[in-house]
Amino acid sequence: MSYLSLSDKDKKEMLAALGVGSTDDLFCCIPDAVRLKRELKLPAAQSELELVRTIEEIGRKNAYSRHLSFLGGGAYDHFIPTVVDYLSSRGEFVSPYTPYQPEVSQGTLQVVFEFQTLICQLTGLDIANASLYEGATATAEAVLMAQRITTRNKVLLARTLHPQYREVVRTYIKNIGLEAVDVPYGPDGRVDKDALGRTLDESTAAVVFQSPNFFGVVEDVQALSDAAHGRKALSVAIVAEAVSLGLLESPGRLGADIVTGEGQSLGVPVSFGGPYLGFMACKKEFLRQMPGRIAGQTMDKEGRRGFVLTLSTREQHIRRERATSNICTNQGLCALRATIFMETLGKQGLKELAWQNAQKAAYAADRLGSVPGVRKKFSGPVFNEFVVELAKPWPAVDIGLRGKGIIGGYGLESAYPELKSCALVCVTEMKTKDQIDRLAQALQEVLS
Amino acid sequence: MIKEIREPLIFEISEAGKRAAELPALDVPKTKNLLAGVALRREIEGFPEVSETEVTRHFTRLSQKNYCVDLGLYPLGSCTMKYNPKVNERLSGLPDFAVSHPLASEELVQGSLEVLKRLETYLCEIAGMDAFSLHPAAGAHGELTGMMLIRAALEARGDARKYVLIPDSAHGTNPSSAHICGYSVKEVKSNEKGTIDIEALEAVMTDEVAALMVTNPNTLGVFESDICRVAEIIHAKGGLVYMDGANMNALTGIVRPGDMGIDVLHINLHKTFSTPHGGGGPGSGPVGVKKELVPYLPVPVIGEKGGRFVLDFDRPATIGRVRSYFGNFSVIVRALCYILTLGPKGVREIAEFAVLNANYIRKNLEGEYHLKYTTPSMHECVFSDKIQKEFGVTNLDIAKRLIDYGIHPPTMSFPLIVHGALMIEPTETESRRDLDLFIDAMKAIAREAKENPEILRSAPHVAYVSRLDEVAAAKFPVLRWEKKS
Repeated sequence: MSYLSLSDKDKKEMLAALGVGSTDDLFCCIPDAVRLKRELKLPAAQSELELVRTIEEIGRKNAYSRHLSFLGGGAYDHFIPTVVDYLSSRGEFVSPYTPYQPEVSQGTLQVVFEFQTLICQLTGLDIANASLYEGATATAEAVLMAQRITTRNKVLLARTLHPQYREVVRTYIKNIGLEAVDVPYGPDGRVDKDALGRTLDESTAAVVFQSPNFFGVVEDVQALSDAAHGRKALSVAIVAEAVSLGLLESPGRLGADIVTGEGQSLGVPVSFGGPYLGFMACKKEFLRQMPGRIAGQTMDKEGRRGFVLTLSTREQHIRRERATSNICTNQGLCALRATIFMETLGKQGLKELAWQNAQKAAYAADRLGSVPGVRKKFSGPVFNEFVVELAKPWPAVDIGLRGKGIIGGYGLESAYPELKSCALVCVTEMKTKDQIDRLAQALQEVLS
Repeated sequence: MIKEIREPLIFEISEAGKRAAELPALDVPKTKNLLAGVALRREIEGFPEVSETEVTRHFTRLSQKNYCVDLGLYPLGSCTMKYNPKVNERLSGLPDFAVSHPLASEELVQGSLEVLKRLETYLCEIAGMDAFSLHPAAGAHGELTGMMLIRAALEARGDARKYVLIPDSAHGTNPSSAHICGYSVKEVKSNEKGTIDIEALEAVMTDEVAALMVTNPNTLGVFESDICRVAEIIHAKGGLVYMDGANMNALTGIVRPGDMGIDVLHINLHKTFSTPHGGGGPGSGPVGVKKELVPYLPVPVIGEKGGRFVLDFDRPATIGRVRSYFGNFSVIVRALCYILTLGPKGVREIAEFAVLNANYIRKNLEGEYHLKYTTPSMHECVFSDKIQKEFGVTNLDIAKRLIDYGIHPPTMSFPLIVHGALMIEPTETESRRDLDLFIDAMKAIAREAKENPEILRSAPHVAYVSRLDEVAAAKFPVLRWEKKS
């Protein structure tokens, strides 16, 4: 099967028009010595039906989908209303590119403008960009941005920040003279404020923390922001579970200067980790230091409202090596999905969704906590995830649960060696009371 | 189709109490003092409230204001706007893939890991490289990853070096990516053929230079015929050669970067391998490397052990993680589907027909539009507005007038070495009819430039908006809706 549209006749006539005998002659400028003189070693071409069979068969090798799963940790299973899939799969949204020609891209541009507005409303900040790749690289971009704003060369990373986000920040900063220091957590599962106070100094560009954090615990955003500001450092709040913003006070109102993170929760499938949706919002005084595309409102010659990509002098195609970031293509279609999702749920829907998540997680934490051999690890308030400590090593418990068709949570020992026998359990609106009870029952059996 | 669509912002049609989504009633006992002591919000101020009908109409109307590949030729040079096969959309969203969680144990996601491994293998064969990493989320992210790999390899040899050489025709992302890796950029001038000037290269290549970043075919759509010599010069002084594979569409099955001295490259799955551009992403920018650089690949690497796929984190020399999880998975599924559909002959035909179509356009427009470099074109050709300038018409006017003819404009004003550039890339999926429609429109516009230049300067005339004031947008930024006080 091929997706070409030229007939043999077209091909012949076009070659003749060019005065060449075959398509081979079109490649005359490639030195013969390096040209590939054999066919590529790839599987034989498949028809659509064969392809469907091949891919479906590969898909079936994912035993995951046949389990009841309580995994979260930065990728969340939320209900996606049908309109999100339906509208976002329109060819007019799927098949154009970056709206370089605004007159024929007003659809995409208005969507981006609405997305930016929704992100500002959620985060409580002044401005937002059109999207970044995903949560971890968005965090790294925020760190680089904080360095540009403060011209300081140290960032403090809460250990309660997603472990992969911390790894990515370290990958990004190691070649440019920035140092990252981890800040420990306390028994409540929140950033240890005394330790933070001791680490913060005049060289600190930013305090970077996640709320709800990787343990599902809601951080004291105001206190962390105040501490950062006390040393003229920036408060960078990371949100990995964007649905939480339906219920929790916005980080912007609690003093955060930059709020960035992962928008996957807002209508983007879990899909084995991507594509997801990095977002970023900040105070307006940092506008010129913000990375990524930004859409803005303007007028056409007849005075009609329209939208364009703007402030591109920050960007790589204009400023080259002095750009705020190298990002070009971002996550347009995921931002569209999130926009449809947020507008569909609306003010009441998103609040209720967040509230149900918190209610279900609270019930699950109580229910699991009542199982002998299960202890809630941290005392801090949680949103839709929590850490349990088990009387048996997690790998054994995990295997036991899987034997009952359940993936009970994410074992924390590999990322946090001190949290032996601990697992992160996530409960969204997708889990029914029966399913939560089933997990509790299974845990009881495995632990006894 | 409705000619005049005045679609308000969703916030402007919002009314208190409306909703488009309902949740089931809470089925667990209510916890009274939920989140005690935590600051909660009373409401999300300004968030919209609309019905499902309104949401559907809103986005359907907005969608109709977009031009797209499904509608017609989209000759945006350097972006490879080819047709996006529909079956790939369906298969990338199979429930077995869509629900699979990136933190699940390897044995539960063998299918997803097989997808990644298979695409890595096929890309190695197509590009002639020894290994691929599918982590990078887009081309620029691939460049950054690739330059980090080069830095790591040179550090292991004892000196990371200071400079990266970049031709003056390069994408803006190249210098920016090199900069984030801690390198200073030195520009290499092009010669009169539009390719790297060998003497200029020899003059700037020293043992302080870490790498050359080269796009091949370059952004003029010209193949760097001296590429082997270029690579020799870089290698002789201990540097490495990075290839921006944005233009791989000209090469598939014809020549492999790995066979012409390239040490590291990235490929854009959203260009060469037909995954949709989505109005600006998500893309995917896998990085391919030669053996020497394999130890430094980002973690985790997909390995195989006893017939099972495993995640290998035990890579002491790795540059680390470049993003969370494993890459833009559903984009990767689409690219895999594309390669399986095409097979070896079909993959070669990508390049054959992309180059045929581009040259057909070039041949038909030569004379009408100025061609600064007459070197043979590969998958795209770069004209300029030099002839039309005499009539006071710029490339911007030409681009906007094309909209009136129902075709998306080419890439404008890039590469920077062609003043007033019009960079045209038709791709291989276009029909003769669509190519001819474009050619006829461009010829008509060339005529109009002479006879009635005003019609170009005031274009577009049939779009939903006329030319937008971009200067005002940047000078007085309005970047979000706000409730009128």
